[in-house]
Parts: sequence; structure tokens; C-alpha cells
Amino acid sequence: MGEKIKSFFAGLWQNIRTFFKKRVWQGFCVNVLYKKFDRYKAWIYLLPAIVLLMIFTVWPIFNTVRMSLLEGYTSMKAVRGVEFELGIGNFTRVLKYKGFINCLKNTVLLTVLTVPISTFLALLIAVCLNSIKWFSRALQTIFFLPYVTNSIAIGMVFAAMFNMILGGGVRPDFVGVVNIVIEAFGGDYINWMNAGSEYWANIVVMTVYIVWNALPFKILILLGGLQSVNKQYYEAAKVDATPRWRVFTRITIPLLSPMLAYVIITGFIGGFKEYSSIVGVFGESMGPAGNHYALDTMVGFIYRAIGNQEGTASAAALILFAIILVVTMINLYVSKKKTHY
Amino acid sequence: MKVELKNLTKIFPSRNKKVGGEVVAVNDFTFTIPDGKLVGLLGPSGCGKSTTLYMISGLQKPSSGQIFFGDEDVTELTPENRGIGLVFQNYALYPHMTVKQNILFPLQNLRGEDRMPKEEMLERAYRVAKLVQIDELMDRKPSELSGGQQQRVAIARALVKMPRVLLLDEPLSNLDARLRLQTREEIRRIQKETGITTIFVTHDQEEAMSISDVIVVMKLGVVQQTGKPQQIYDDPCNLFVAKFLGTPPINVFEGEVRAEKLYIGGAAVLDVPGVEDRAVYVGIRPEGFIPDANGGLRCEVSGVDVMGRDVSIVSRHGAMLTPSVRSIVDADYKLAEGQTEVAYALKPHKVFLFAKDTEERIYFGV
Repeated sequence: MGEKIKSFFAGLWQNIRTFFKKRVWQGFCVNVLYKKFDRYKAWIYLLPAIVLLMIFTVWPIFNTVRMSLLEGYTSMKAVRGVEFELGIGNFTRVLKYKGFINCLKNTVLLTVLTVPISTFLALLIAVCLNSIKWFSRALQTIFFLPYVTNSIAIGMVFAAMFNMILGGGVRPDFVGVVNIVIEAFGGDYINWMNAGSEYWANIVVMTVYIVWNALPFKILILLGGLQSVNKQYYEAAKVDATPRWRVFTRITIPLLSPMLAYVIITGFIGGFKEYSSIVGVFGESMGPAGNHYALDTMVGFIYRAIGNQEGTASAAALILFAIILVVTMINLYVSKKKTHY
Repeated sequence: MKVELKNLTKIFPSRNKKVGGEVVAVNDFTFTIPDGKLVGLLGPSGCGKSTTLYMISGLQKPSSGQIFFGDEDVTELTPENRGIGLVFQNYALYPHMTVKQNILFPLQNLRGEDRMPKEEMLERAYRVAKLVQIDELMDRKPSELSGGQQQRVAIARALVKMPRVLLLDEPLSNLDARLRLQTREEIRRIQKETGITTIFVTHDQEEAMSISDVIVVMKLGVVQQTGKPQQIYDDPCNLFVAKFLGTPPINVFEGEVRAEKLYIGGAAVLDVPGVEDRAVYVGIRPEGFIPDANGGLRCEVSGVDVMGRDVSIVSRHGAMLTPSVRSIVDADYKLAEGQTEVAYALKPHKVFLFAKDTEERIYFGV
């Protein structure tokens, strides 16, 4: 009996050994495994990136759409296992909500104000930086500083600059730098952002802050564009007695148009996502004392809705996405006509 | 418009101030360009020919010297006030404008009295476009044109405001060989038709020889020789000019003059009356060789190039300073089978002697 079992296993082992020695097995390895691998090689290399993108980009987008279409969705209810009905209630709720219109108004107003101003200023500064020879490196660094500074920190500095606390607080005599300058020119103090300040004053503060914050990136891009313009175009223009302004409008601007288009489009997208700058200056109340949420924005609205009304937040996020999409499409359409590549 | 250059000098300061050593790009250039002629500034790269052109254009200021257009001193004038048309090496056409807009651009810049009505601008643009034969491409962008067409647009843009002087910087260097031949004839034709004094810069001697009325050969910022192309070719004033002009290039040998006879590699090859005994460089044009069994110059044959009309024999000689000796002989002449040596007699007017130290020409009576 024992002999039989022994010989059986010996035979089996022999079989296995011959099998692995056989060309069939080698052929399987080479043809199936290796060639399959070859075919899917690209996918395997991409796998880490795809997995991460799926988890952190694709799934959240999909989930946002899902949540926005479930009536009255909140994470608390979802955890308890409540079933939600499909519907567009979240969207109608967002649109009907009073605060939302205010958010929309603030967002659009700030975007429309800051993008043209910052683009124009950036162009002006870039042209100046490009034409001066001395200190241009040092000045470039100075203009680039806001880019590497924390926006909340900058916001606090701006809050101090525009502050006006008279007859109260720790320093009753403290007035922001801006008002000191206004006084020097013979004007009256303006209540920029304290309790009782007016809406337009708040908007001015935010516009100045956002423009200042947006300048470095734009200057960088435009300066790079200016420096890559072939100097011979300017020499040719000089030989042809081209007036300076005409050189600027007919040669510099068109040759810079791809960079301008880029700066404007990203400016609009950034403008619609404005949030941290307002928190930086006005704090989480997003408005002067006594007038909370006067400067609320779309992202602010979405941010606060997360945690109690995810359905509403998702709907608002999708509305914001739609707005940005439409505006960007318009931008691209216009720039296609005006841009020379 | 006659263009007169008087002691024109351009010195570029050294980039590194500690090391010093400024660069003299153009040194004491004096020359008068006659009215209505096509002049080629010719020289190897770095010889100062482009700098000269840019000084005439006004884009660069001379360190010293004067420039006259006619009797007017334009040295201190800015480019836009000189009335010049300039064609850049890479054309510098505005890429975002159509051909028409490019040509109209200089006219639209005119202000005050010179400003002309729109119809006249258009008419002039079309007239000049027709002249350079691009009137059918007026609505295209430069990127949609071939190199030769871009070149014409650049010339049209330079011509449209009727410049007093037309300047071309390496006008043919960006074109392929075929187009180059064609375009240089075009430039010649356009210049003849307009009669505008034209100055162009080139490093290609063939190009300069073929279309210029006058050429100026430059080396390291110094003018070597000026004159009609054929005249310079036939009568170079120094070894540099002799070597620079001509394809195939001139053959150079070490030689020696003894008792009014020229010796190359120990053999007497030519009578050179009136030259004292000295060591010399001998330049012999390829067409200056006559195959002659009794000739003094014996070379070892290394190959034959048949070029249809004539035959070029490539050979070697112990005293040669060029990589090989290349002669152009009549196509009727045939080397015998297995012939390893060829003997040449020389045409005296194709043989030039140069001093060993200064490389200046030594003339001998023929």
C-alpha cells in the first residue's frame, strides 16, 4: 500500500516536472502572459494615476451629481439609511433661497470688477518691467511677493489698512493707513469695513485686495509673453516710423493675445471661485459687523451648506460649474476670434 | 540716392568690463555707393557687413564717421527719418496680419501731410505687390506662405513707402538653392525696375557676384576691395579676396620667385617679369590651367569630375596649401587611361602672386 502511494506521488511529481519543462508551458508564459502584458502595459503604467483620479476627482464629481438629484439629501439622513427620492428640489431650493441671489450678485460683481482691472494693471506693469533695465529683477521679485504669501495673512494686513476704529477698542486713536492717506489729501475718513460700513465701501476693499492678489501671476505670464516677442518686429516697426501707441496696439497686444486670453480666462474662473480672500479680510462672517454675509459668495454658500445640507451644496456647486462653463465658453469663443496664435 | 559712408567705425564695448577688449566691428569704412546701383556687402560671418547695414539703416549708431544720403548728413537721424526700407534676414513679417495689412502698415503710419487717402494706400500696396508678384496672396497670413513668398512680402513692405535706399540683410539665406537662384534674379529685376539704390549683405560670393553692380569685400571690419564683380575676380588685391571669390575656389601654392621666374615645388612654371627674388603665395584660378605635357606644374591626379560643359581635374601637389588642386579644362581634353600625373602650363592672367608676410598682391608684367 505504502509503496503504491509512494510511486503515485513519484509519478505525479515526474509529470509535473515534465509539464513545466515542456515548451507548452514556456509558450504559455511568452505568448499569453508577456503579450497580454504588452497590450495592457500602458494601462498598467497609468494605473496609479487613474486610481487616484478615480477616488479624488471622478467619484466626487459623480457623487456631487448624485447628491444634487436626491430630494433633501443630507449626510446625516444618509447614515441613518433614509431613502431619498429623485428630483430637482435641491436646485429649486438653491435658486429660491434669498441669500443665494446675494451670493451670485457679489460673485459676479467682484469678478467683473477685478478681472479687467487686474489684467489691465498687470499688462501695464509687465510692459514697464520689460522696458526698464535697472532693478527689473528686484522689481519682479517685489511684484511676485503676493503670490507666495498666504492669502489669509494678506487679508489681515488689508483689514488693518482699511480699518477705522475711532473711540473704541484697544487703540481708540487707531485709523487704517488708507484713511490717513485720504486725510492727507483733505478728505474725510471713510468707514471701509467696520460696523455700519456701506456695501460699496466693502466692495472697494475687496476689489483692491483681489486685484493686488491676482497681479503677480498675471504679470509673470504677460512678462514671459513680452520677452518671447521677437525684437525684430519692433525694429521693423521703428524703421517704418510706427508711433509708439500703434506699436503697442497693433504689434504688442496681438502678439501677446494668447497670454492675455489665458490670463483673462483663468481670471474669470478664479473670480467665480472667490471665497478665501473675503474670509481673509472680513472673517468667516463674510461681512462687516452687524451685516453678516453681506459679501457672501457662491463658494461661501456651498461651503456652509456642506455638513447639514449636502444636497443643496451639490446643487449650488453644479450651478456654479454651469456658470463657469458658460462664461469660459464665451471667453474661448471671443478669444478664438481675437487671438493670434 | 547716392549713399556716402565716411570713415564709418563701430566699436562694441566688451561685455565683461574686467577683461576689457572692445570689438571693432567696422573699421574706418569709406565708400560711395552710386545712385541707383545694387551693391553687395560681402564677407565671412563676423566681418561687420551686417553692422554696416544696420548703421546705414540707423538701427545702430556709428561710433564715429558719417553717413550721407545724397548731400544730406543722416548720421544723427533715427531710422524712421531716413527714408529707408529694410528687409530683415528672417523677414520679420507681422504674423497676425495678412499680407495686405503687412504691406499697408508702413503707409498707415504716415502722419500729417504725408498721410494719403485709403484708396491711394490700397492702390500703392497693390502696385508694389504686383511688382514683386504677390498680388494674388494679399489675404493670406505670412504663415501660409512659402519662404520665397514671405521674402517678396518683406520686400514689398520695404518698398511701399518709396524709400530712398533699400537695405536687404542676407536676403537669400533662408531660401533653398532653387528658390535662391530665382529670387536673386527677382531682386535684380525689382531693383532695375524701381531704380532704388539697394544695398544687400551676403556671405555667399556667388550671390554677390551674380547680381551686384558693385561689391564690397570685407574682412574683420575692414574693407578689402571694392569694385565690379568681374573686376575683383580678375584682379584681387590680396590673398583673402582671391580666396573668398570664385567657385570652385582658387588654388594656392607655396612658391618662390628667382630671376623673374616663378618656381612651384622646385619647377619653373611661369615667367614673372619685374618681380624681385622672394618667397610668395601663388594663387591660380581653376580655369588658369592648360594641360600641356611640357608644362612645369606636375600634379598627381586623384580624380576627375565631369560637369558636362567642362571637366574638373582634381589632383595633388606637394606645394599646395589648399586641400587639393582643382582645374577646369575643356571637355574635349581627356586623361589617358591609367594616367597618374598631369602637367599644366599656366595662363599668366589667371595667376596671382601674394607677399608671404602681408598677403598683399605682387603684380608682374604679363
